[in-house]
Amino acid sequence: MSDIPSELRYASSHEWARMEDDGSIVVGITDHAQALLGDVVYVELPEVDNEIGAGDEIAVVESVKAASDIYAPISGTIIEVNEALEDAPETVNTDCYGDGWMFRIQPSNDTDYQDLLDAEGYAESIADE
Amino acid sequence: MALQTPFHAMHLAAGARMVDFGGWDMPINYGSQIDEHHAVRQDAGMFDVSHMTIVEVVGAEAKPYLQKLLANDIGKLTESGKALYSGMLNQDGGVIDDLITYYLTDTHYRVVVNASTREKDLAWMTEQAKAFEVSVTHNTDFAMLAVQGPNAIAKAQTVFTEAQKQTTEGLGVFFAVESEGYFIARTGYTGEDGYEIMVPVAEAENFWNRLLEAGVKPCGLGARDTLRLEAGMNLYGNEMDETVSPLEANMGWTIAWEPTDRDFIGRQALEQQKADGVKNKLAGLVLEGKGVLRAHMKVVCEDGSTGETTSGTMSPTLKKSIALARIPKTAGEQVMVDIRGKQVPAKVVKACFVRKGEALV
Repeated sequence: MSDIPSELRYASSHEWARMEDDGSIVVGITDHAQALLGDVVYVELPEVDNEIGAGDEIAVVESVKAASDIYAPISGTIIEVNEALEDAPETVNTDCYGDGWMFRIQPSNDTDYQDLLDAEGYAESIADE
Repeated sequence: MALQTPFHAMHLAAGARMVDFGGWDMPINYGSQIDEHHAVRQDAGMFDVSHMTIVEVVGAEAKPYLQKLLANDIGKLTESGKALYSGMLNQDGGVIDDLITYYLTDTHYRVVVNASTREKDLAWMTEQAKAFEVSVTHNTDFAMLAVQGPNAIAKAQTVFTEAQKQTTEGLGVFFAVESEGYFIARTGYTGEDGYEIMVPVAEAENFWNRLLEAGVKPCGLGARDTLRLEAGMNLYGNEMDETVSPLEANMGWTIAWEPTDRDFIGRQALEQQKADGVKNKLAGLVLEGKGVLRAHMKVVCEDGSTGETTSGTMSPTLKKSIALARIPKTAGEQVMVDIRGKQVPAKVVKACFVRKGEALV
């Protein structure tokens, strides 16, 4: 069984999102996603200051198997990316909800985040796959 | 229903992630493909290759049959157990399959062909055999295990019987020997030393478990692919197929042009290609920019001519992305690769990146 922390929000495309105290949203990929991908060998991150819309393809995770698109779970502006992944992409496998985070978004509205799945909803969505 | 090898239950017990491979239910990895890759470069790993097809070629005309069938000349084989790599071509010079032939006697050769090409290979070999006094038989008596890595031979020796230890002592590279029902070959597909061992099916489980106890790490098809790619070895279906000439797939060395009167299948087509001039080559690429090379990416040379990657990966040994690519012979040292719309520079190198644990690029 994959790990789905209850305090996070989720997109059905396997990204997780966490609201920080300052209202920004940190995004990564789920344990289920990293397990499906296998060893991650490269992460192509978005540019800081990019304006993004919910559902946009904004990053790419390359595993030993294939390249997979990462979608923005919410609309907003990229304010930080996890540059440590450049030298240690395997962190996505070893700590997907911690040091393996990918980027931080300043949201342009409140509703996108509220509309994301909760842990239970995400667990159901992957059970249906 | 997917086909299962004699090691299937052992894969599941070892925690394998199973995938369909040419109709076979095979392990892609047992957790981390990269860990398995490093185990083979640094220590010893084992791969289930029982899905590959063993064909016994037996009869008074076994030798002339194979000299017609194969682009390489099995007439070179004079010592029992000696192996030869060859392409099996169609009349147009395209590659039906690549295979290894072991010489046992003048009337008995053992041929190992790919799993994904089994049916068409057997059909082709049987069809060509009609003109010869020879039988072509699919041998299903064996499981097959590749034990590869710098410590592979030492660790495999610890599970051999006394007789097997003696018969394999000093076994040369690309030689095989039969011992107590096992067929032990010093061959492989990783760029490391080691054995490919045919094991009687009834002994497969015991043999696997004893290798596990000896510290040989189970490795899946994923690591098998990155290892062979680092070693610059072709994968049938990627680097070549029936539409690709061996002369454009780094297989020129496997074509025995002498003696000139040996009329192997595909010879006329290849001679015509040589007379017309071969335009492309299979080269290695090392990515200099960011990203990961994969198969079927467009390669653009400095003069604007183009080619295509045939296999690509992130090399665990080099920590750089590498690829094999079919590109014009005129290509210089620098090319650009189209990685999902971005032009990324890559260096052109010989199609061999790692051998015996050492980086060559």
